[in-house]
Amino acid sequence: MSGDKLLEVQGLYACYGKVDALLDISLRMRRGEIVSVIGPNGAGKTTLLSALIGLVSSEGDVRYAGQALTRYHNVAERVSRGISLVPESRELFAPMTVEDNLLLGAFSRHRQGHRDQHSTLAEVYALFPRLKERRTQAAGTLSGGERQMLAMGRALMARPTLLMLDEPSLGLAPKIIGEIFQIIRDLRSTGVSVLLVEQNARAALKSSDYGYVLENGEVALEGPAAELADNPSVIDTYLGRKKKNTAPVEELTAIG
Amino acid sequence: MDWYVFTFLTQDGLTTGAIYALIALALVLVFAVTRVILVGQGDFVTLSALTLATLQAGKTPATVWLLLGGASLVCVKMLAAAAREGRLAQAPRILLMQMTLPCVLALVCWLVEPATLPGALKVLLSIVIIAPLGPVLYRLVYQPVAQASVLQLLIISVAIHIAVIGISLWIFGAEGFRTLPFTSGNLDLGEVSISLQSVLVIGIALALIVALYLFFGHTLYGKALRATAFNQRGAQLVGVPTDLAGSHAFLLAAIIGAVSGILIGPITTLYYDSGFLITLKGFVAAIIGGMASYPLAAAGAFLVGLLESFASFWVSAYKEVIVFTLVLPVLLWLSLTTHHVEEEQH
Ligand SMILES: Nc1ncnc2c1ncn2[C@@H]1O[C@H](COP(=O)(O)OP(=O)(O)OP(=O)(O)O)[C@@H](O)[C@H]1O
Ligand SMILES: [Mg+2]
Repeated sequence: MSGDKLLEVQGLYACYGKVDALLDISLRMRRGEIVSVIGPNGAGKTTLLSALIGLVSSEGDVRYAGQALTRYHNVAERVSRGISLVPESRELFAPMTVEDNLLLGAFSRHRQGHRDQHSTLAEVYALFPRLKERRTQAAGTLSGGERQMLAMGRALMARPTLLMLDEPSLGLAPKIIGEIFQIIRDLRSTGVSVLLVEQNARAALKSSDYGYVLENGEVALEGPAAELADNPSVIDTYLGRKKKNTAPVEELTAIG
Repeated sequence: MDWYVFTFLTQDGLTTGAIYALIALALVLVFAVTRVILVGQGDFVTLSALTLATLQAGKTPATVWLLLGGASLVCVKMLAAAAREGRLAQAPRILLMQMTLPCVLALVCWLVEPATLPGALKVLLSIVIIAPLGPVLYRLVYQPVAQASVLQLLIISVAIHIAVIGISLWIFGAEGFRTLPFTSGNLDLGEVSISLQSVLVIGIALALIVALYLFFGHTLYGKALRATAFNQRGAQLVGVPTDLAGSHAFLLAAIIGAVSGILIGPITTLYYDSGFLITLKGFVAAIIGGMASYPLAAAGAFLVGLLESFASFWVSAYKEVIVFTLVLPVLLWLSLTTHHVEEEQH
């Protein structure tokens, strides 16, 4: 059901020791939406995703699928409720094979009694044929792009309701970035909601419904993605002076 | 040395080697998942052997009260945590999960005259009493300090080991125990005579090793435990609760220890403090495998067993020295061939 609220964040606060990383963040997401979060280095984007999955402790009111997220105490419980994170650092199981990494992505579902990991695996392989070719290779020996595919594939093995991606285009060639964003857009049609953190603001906003600009741990700007992409200060800071929407995603370069 | 002595020593070495292999595997497993060097691994061995010896003597083993006490403490801790986090609704579930087995075991020991139990049940009872001590130990001691450094965890392990020895002395006294042999038969193959007891010990140890191999290599749960060892954060993100992985690693270690105790009990006289030397020999084997490789650790264990057996024949006073000297060239080799990995800062 698109239209109803999936995630409502109100006054989220997180810190590392004495350093505040998130200050009074408010954010909303509807089911089936792609929402992107952009912002400079150190703005708190990774911290936001880590707080939502439970890797970093936070304070504030977070409602997920109508329930307070604080009911789910640790990462594993939140994963079992359908939240998956592809972290910036990927966190693959390097010595294990690609296929084992993917199968482990279904661990939470398996623990809840679902035994559909092999059909999910077939779906993920269909999405990333390259992973199927590399199924017996150790994850640690994959190329950067393949690792990113594996990290996304592993997260999809959990059949998430909310998929959070931290810089999926990090360090990838423009062509692969285009493929990854195509897959993200395709995911929406399968009902997955995506919360996307990106440095590549142009590609992110182009694929999203709504966007937030995070600066110094605070929401500096928000709005429908198309409006944000037109906003002069966003163009200035994150999209560069190049005229918007003149080139397909594949040819765009990351904005540093 | 004649042929007879040679086959005898080889048999003896392979038998103890099989047990050291089990200990080494447990040490590597626990270290990989939790970074704990479990000095008390050998204590599971002695506790289970002495529990069985007590049952065979027709008495109720006090280890069952140890389990009951430990499980109660875990319960109190979990209930307190639940109360703090406002989920007291889970209290009945916690009580049920943590206390059912210890209470049933305590009831069995209290109501049933041990002498009336058949031998196999005594063995089973000993294993079932000792195995849950692993998770109890993890939840009480190691889980709260899961983020500590390897050195801090080692110091805690030493402290725990000393405490367990004290409890063991209190429970079992200072005398030595030997459990009844499973069988006294011999297998005659021409010139060589093999004791069935040895065959049984090696067979069971190998079967357990194969079972562990299948578990870690071919079940999702086993893979999840391995994955936790490789990348704890990654494991969390696929839904493996870190504390669950830790307590299951300890459960496996305690099961391995308890079975080893049953196997070694009829071969060696065990005292309340014999666990330490057993751990150390498993540790030498684990070091040979670089604390990471299960097959190398198992191979190292058989080497340790054989070395010990032959050394005890030629220069029995120095047998321990010879076994532990084995660590030196191995460490030298490891330090020359592996690049040094800095421990992560926490
Ligand atoms: N573990 C940590 N300990 C202390 N400070 C941290 C830690 N992790 C992040 N920070 C700080 O919190 C702030 C936000 O970091 P975060 O990683 O969320 O930024 P980001 O927006 O993801 O940046 P980037 O675009 O570079 O990935 C930064 O100032 C960072 O230095
Ligand atoms: Mg980041």
